[in-house]
Amino acid sequence: MALEALRVNRLRSGLTMLGVIIGVAAVVVLVAIGTGAKNAIEQEIAGLGSNIILVVPGQLNFAAAPTQSRLDLTDVAYVRRVVGDESRVTVSVQSGETIRVGRDEAFVTVLGTDQFLPNIFDRPLRRGRYLTETDVDTRRRVVILGSEVAARLFGDVDPVGRQATISGVRFRVIGVYEKVGATFGVARDQEVHVPVTTAQRLIGVARINGIAVGASGPDEIEPLQRKVVDALVQRYPGEKFSAVTQTQLLGTIGTVLGMLTGVLAAIAGISLLVGGVGVSNIMLVSVRERTKEIGLRKALGARQRDILGQFLIEAVLLTTIGGVIGILLGVGGALLIAAVSPVPAAITWWSISLAFGVSVGVGVFFGVAPARRAGKLDPVVALRAE
Amino acid sequence: MTPAFEAVALTRSYQLEGVSVEALRGVDLTVASGEFAAIIGPSGSGKSTLMHLLGCLDRPTSGTLRVGGVDVATLTDTELAELRNQTIGFVFQSFHLLARTSALDNVALPLVYRGVPRAERRTRARAALEAVGLAHRLAHRPAQMSGGEQQRVAIARALVGDPKVVLADEPTGNLDSRNGAEVMNLLQRLNADSGVAVILVTHEPEVAGRARRQIHVRDGVIELDTGSS
Repeated sequence: MALEALRVNRLRSGLTMLGVIIGVAAVVVLVAIGTGAKNAIEQEIAGLGSNIILVVPGQLNFAAAPTQSRLDLTDVAYVRRVVGDESRVTVSVQSGETIRVGRDEAFVTVLGTDQFLPNIFDRPLRRGRYLTETDVDTRRRVVILGSEVAARLFGDVDPVGRQATISGVRFRVIGVYEKVGATFGVARDQEVHVPVTTAQRLIGVARINGIAVGASGPDEIEPLQRKVVDALVQRYPGEKFSAVTQTQLLGTIGTVLGMLTGVLAAIAGISLLVGGVGVSNIMLVSVRERTKEIGLRKALGARQRDILGQFLIEAVLLTTIGGVIGILLGVGGALLIAAVSPVPAAITWWSISLAFGVSVGVGVFFGVAPARRAGKLDPVVALRAE
Repeated sequence: MTPAFEAVALTRSYQLEGVSVEALRGVDLTVASGEFAAIIGPSGSGKSTLMHLLGCLDRPTSGTLRVGGVDVATLTDTELAELRNQTIGFVFQSFHLLARTSALDNVALPLVYRGVPRAERRTRARAALEAVGLAHRLAHRPAQMSGGEQQRVAIARALVGDPKVVLADEPTGNLDSRNGAEVMNLLQRLNADSGVAVILVTHEPEVAGRARRQIHVRDGVIELDTGSS
């Protein structure tokens, strides 16, 4: 019966639904994009390795300029003693340099590190070997290439054992990493790794940029983090050191992206609300148009709640059908966006069920007023209406 | 036997822009079950108001109205709706059929509000349409039928719930004389065959003349009642 009433005014029903359709589709798409972005970043962070603590000089603050480092290799040795296991501490010195092979050249991040890096970070090798203690101690000019660098400079040729020139200094390629993707926009496949001592001489510095410590398990992360920072502060009184963990990064980013998703969903929700007002409006028109029908139904024995129910069901049907169409469009839109653009989109069941629930709710909420008006009509007045 | 209607000192006044208008000014009326009566009077006489009160579509301002022995003043709106559904069948001047609904579903409508299952509703609606001679029009919509046929559908709808009374408000008002006569014949036959009381409201003396009892209403009171109840 309610379906019949909606079919009679097909164009009107369609236009009324459109508000709900757009609102629901927007909620589904925006939540999918927000969730997709969050998942992607979380995956990136998890892809670094597990239980990593990054120690940097100064106060880590997203708003502050990076502090000039005063740490050097003796401090790394000191942290190794504090941690008690040297193989769980590694180091980094970074600089942007040009690497050249024959006539091909590329601008890459040269990262000076040591033999312990693979213990802490997840950097599987495709070919060759990692750095060794001897490489670091004797300042060997050896380099491990990131997958993109290798592809760019050597193409299909196996680079291991070949020569590459970094800032005019000749290096021997000893390994190539597997493709690992980017983290926070840092293209890790465009890095090249050299011994930290070689990097310091190449760049002309004695400092290092940061120390990474691998905890033995999730439970050790927090105490170890505190222990390392405290030890450094003790060594350099009055200075600040920060240690960030993946969990903290995940937490911060999760919060920010969660808020962003929430804001997007709220904006979409407003359009859903506007759609609901449209439903209310059209139901009021419908009640007025069908006053006579209401009068007749009442004369035939319809109770107030029968009439109320009839119009409420119509309103809910309107928004529910709109909601289902909106969900289909939203899911389709999110999949399309994920397919044709780099924006990841993850469709979540909660957003779909929420959108569905809200569209039903909008029908009830905005349908009640017109339905009540219909139910309360005086049958005599309603029957006389023209 | 309990009379179908029993009205004592019934009044009904309306507030129109602050002015009180008395449409009924003290009506005493008893209609026995199975009667065939006509309420006749010029427009503005209060006959429609009286019919609305008898049909429980409206409540009296003062006085007592008992329908089937039940004082309507004691009933809630919901109970009043149920009373309408159970005991009264309406036939209107302009038929009041749902335009986009088949004759069968139009007739079955009162049973919807009684909670009768769909299959039984259809069976009973079909029987009611057969009784008014429209067995061949079950799936037709009102627009596909003549005025006389539409009014017969309306009569079938009034009868489908086995009411005690059928209230017919100018049932022939929108019909030509041939169809009007046919509708009157039908009402008369139904009254005779099934014992349902029929109360006509009309301003046409020849239509009223078909009833066994004429109740003349003028200026909100009963001027003349040929009945002896």
